[in-house]
Amino acid sequence: MMPPEIHPYLVLVLLLGAALVFALAPLALAWLWARWFSPPKPGRTKHAIYECGLESRGDAWIQFRSEYYLYAIVFLIFDVETIFLLPFAVAFGGLTVGAFAAMMVFVLLLVEGLVWAWQKGVLTWN
Amino acid sequence: MDEGLRSELSKQGIFTTTLEELYNWGRKNSVWPLGFGLACCAIEMIAASMARWDLARFGAEVFRPSPRQADLMIVAGTVTKKMAPQVVRLYNQMPEPKYVIAMGACAISGGPFKQGYNVLKGIDRYIPVDVHIPGCPPRPEALLHAFMKLQQLIDEQPLTGCNRPRHLRADAPTEFTVPEYGPHDLEPPKNPEVWRPPVIHPGEA
Repeated sequence: MMPPEIHPYLVLVLLLGAALVFALAPLALAWLWARWFSPPKPGRTKHAIYECGLESRGDAWIQFRSEYYLYAIVFLIFDVETIFLLPFAVAFGGLTVGAFAAMMVFVLLLVEGLVWAWQKGVLTWN
Repeated sequence: MDEGLRSELSKQGIFTTTLEELYNWGRKNSVWPLGFGLACCAIEMIAASMARWDLARFGAEVFRPSPRQADLMIVAGTVTKKMAPQVVRLYNQMPEPKYVIAMGACAISGGPFKQGYNVLKGIDRYIPVDVHIPGCPPRPEALLHAFMKLQQLIDEQPLTGCNRPRHLRADAPTEFTVPEYGPHDLEPPKNPEVWRPPVIHPGEA
């Protein structure tokens, strides 16, 4: 006797239902448990954004002073240029004229920035 | 459930329990302390959590860096008046149910600095303390003992009735007053809901 005909996808539907129950039942149980046995006790201090015991002060939306661009430029000149100068010096003997000219343009651009900063008085400590 | 019936059943290999017992069994074995120390007691607390004394046996090795994830506050050390507001604020930020162990002479009473001007004379003036440990500093064994006492306390807390934990009572306070560091002393100097000065009768002594 042949077994009754079942749709081939019925098993998948059943598995999908079981998987959903398997995933959602613990969540629902946890939600119910929290509702009955762990009612929330909110408060002003508890909802504070800081967690280190101190009170937060001021605004998180602070503005940085735009004068810091000077530091960025001087950093570029003295730090980034050094990084490029070292491999340039190491490979200096085998460089083509084109590479040498390109490097010179790069260095001169940065030197120009240094001259500009010097004239502006950025390098003077006050 | 009747105790006699219960023991009779257990002799037959049938173990019975209640939801409350299961719940308390679970939470007493997963108490996560807040990771902070105030003075030398903290060194003993750290020692208790390390391999030799091994607080992990009690399920309490997970010292949380955030009050939002902690169940237990171990006030380990001298609470100066400048530090007290921060301690109370951290306690307020912990989720319910929460417990406090006051560790060491300073945390329970001010200890050797009791007569001084800058040390709080016991953290129980502001927050409810469940277990006090004397000692200066208490050895890790003393902290373990306090921890076992706390586990016992959690185990015996009923979920219903008038002795139920604070978070299940709607009338219990949500937060405790955070004192302010004033020009002379903390304002207020104590929380009368939590602590009242002991009444002394000189004639009876």
